Amino acid sequence: MATALSLTHLGSLMRGVRSVDEVGADERAAALAKRSIKKSSKLWALDLAVRCMDLTTLEGADTPGKVAAMCAKAMRPKAGDATIPSVAAVCVYPLRIADCVEHLRGTTVRIASVATAFPSGQSFTPIKVEETEQAVRAGAHEIDMVIDRGAFLSGDYQRVYDEIVAVKEACGPAHLKVILETGELGTYDAVRRASILAMAAGADFIKTSTGKVQPAATLPVALVMMESIRDFVRETGRPVGFKAAGGIRTAKQAIAYLVLTYETLGPDWMTPDRLRLGASTLLNDVLMQIDKERTGAYQSPDYFTID
Amino acid sequence: MDVRKTYKLFVNGEFVRSESGRAYRPDGKVNVPRGSRKDLRDAVRAARTAFPGWAGRTAMNRGQILYRAAEMLDGRAAQFVELLGSGARARRELDQAVETLVWYAGWTDKLSQVTGTVNPVAGPYFNFTIPEPTGVVAIIAPEEAPLAGLVRRLAPALCGGNVVVALAAESAPLAALTLAEVLATSDIPAGVVNIISGQRKELLGWLASHMDVNAIDVAGCTPDEVKAIEESAAGNVKRVIKVTSKEQSPYLIAAFMEMKTIWHPIGV
Repeated sequence: MATALSLTHLGSLMRGVRSVDEVGADERAAALAKRSIKKSSKLWALDLAVRCMDLTTLEGADTPGKVAAMCAKAMRPKAGDATIPSVAAVCVYPLRIADCVEHLRGTTVRIASVATAFPSGQSFTPIKVEETEQAVRAGAHEIDMVIDRGAFLSGDYQRVYDEIVAVKEACGPAHLKVILETGELGTYDAVRRASILAMAAGADFIKTSTGKVQPAATLPVALVMMESIRDFVRETGRPVGFKAAGGIRTAKQAIAYLVLTYETLGPDWMTPDRLRLGASTLLNDVLMQIDKERTGAYQSPDYFTID
Repeated sequence: MDVRKTYKLFVNGEFVRSESGRAYRPDGKVNVPRGSRKDLRDAVRAARTAFPGWAGRTAMNRGQILYRAAEMLDGRAAQFVELLGSGARARRELDQAVETLVWYAGWTDKLSQVTGTVNPVAGPYFNFTIPEPTGVVAIIAPEEAPLAGLVRRLAPALCGGNVVVALAAESAPLAALTLAEVLATSDIPAGVVNIISGQRKELLGWLASHMDVNAIDVAGCTPDEVKAIEESAAGNVKRVIKVTSKEQSPYLIAAFMEMKTIWHPIGV
């Protein structure tokens, strides 16, 4: 398990992170995104996409009613159709955890909460730890924390590391997903460094973005993070999950992430325990594509619930 | 210098090749893109996105834009007459198309006065009915009169605020594909009109079963095709519009409209 590394150890860990071939990463991600997945394979992939989905609402305007509707959709994505599985989890702000607990009791849908001064992460460490503890006490099974990008970009890796360790401890039994917010990190090298740092500090998942910053999740960034996971697993034997979030709106994009995961991390990662797709509007497009495959007719958003 | 033109589909305001990469030769000489079901899918998606903007324009603005389309078409009269086979008949067809656009341009801000009503009801309500556009309309252009035939169906649909995915006449698609160039320079927003060329046999089924197409105008279809379209349109309550008249009439605009009735309480 993660214990606090000394400054020199952390320094050597970070220095050991090799740099990323940017052109190569872009090319490989683009090539894998072109792979054609059709018919029964497509249906299988869409089913997996639903099972790996974190149905998300992170708006200032979220109300108990809106969260209740989202929970209903998380349990049974398409009314009257039991062949569509439940999603993996719902993802909400800490104040809405209680609503989810009420509506998801006895189901397989997990409750994920963002914490640690989401989305910027620019607050005091004790407050972030306290927020995490309260969220877990309120009933969150999973905590999505953000790293302090200000500290990371100014080279204060120790601070970022210690904070993740502290939050991980505060999580207790809850799973910890660490959001790198790759859109603010600037380079693939920094993404790789942040990935290794988060995993060394004890992250159960590493996650691309908050969804509040453009660009959010992109395929090359996901590839860089997955390759970091692959290297970390080889080194330590501890499997770490991957979550893509932000800007994934179409079934086609979701399938591209599945292909990328399969080709980089292998079949062991094609499960909700190790792969998540965070999205607010993706689910309807996936449902429409499933119906398109089943009925042979192009579908209309008019016939799917607005969440 | 002789520059040979590559005819393209018109989807979302852009001139594109078919995503399938296929082409066919309707007249044995010129390659024309042979649109696929995925081109239709893209066109319907573009139209759906463009719909709220076009329907939300003021009637007067839609009229101005249709009038400009007439101006642009008239300005390229020589080109169209040549495409239609030259001669007096071609010239007549072009004049007819221009005239149709001008005529329907004038109707945009008069439609609701003529087709809308205030209804006497037995209760304390102010009750009125107004026309609203149906949404995404597919138009199958007739094979005879490939320009005027298409414009005759296109203009009333646009006039009321609908958006259109049109299938060009299979045997003579050049005039329709060139009409796209006229529309692209007439301030018609991207996606409001999409024009696909290709084979009817291959594409009609996809249009008829598409859940996001609200109406289909079967002007260019054979009786057998109409029957098949009506059968699959029954599954998604799509309006099937059958107009044989070649006259101009505000009721042809109304065929593309839904009538909304509002009960407004009074005296409370």
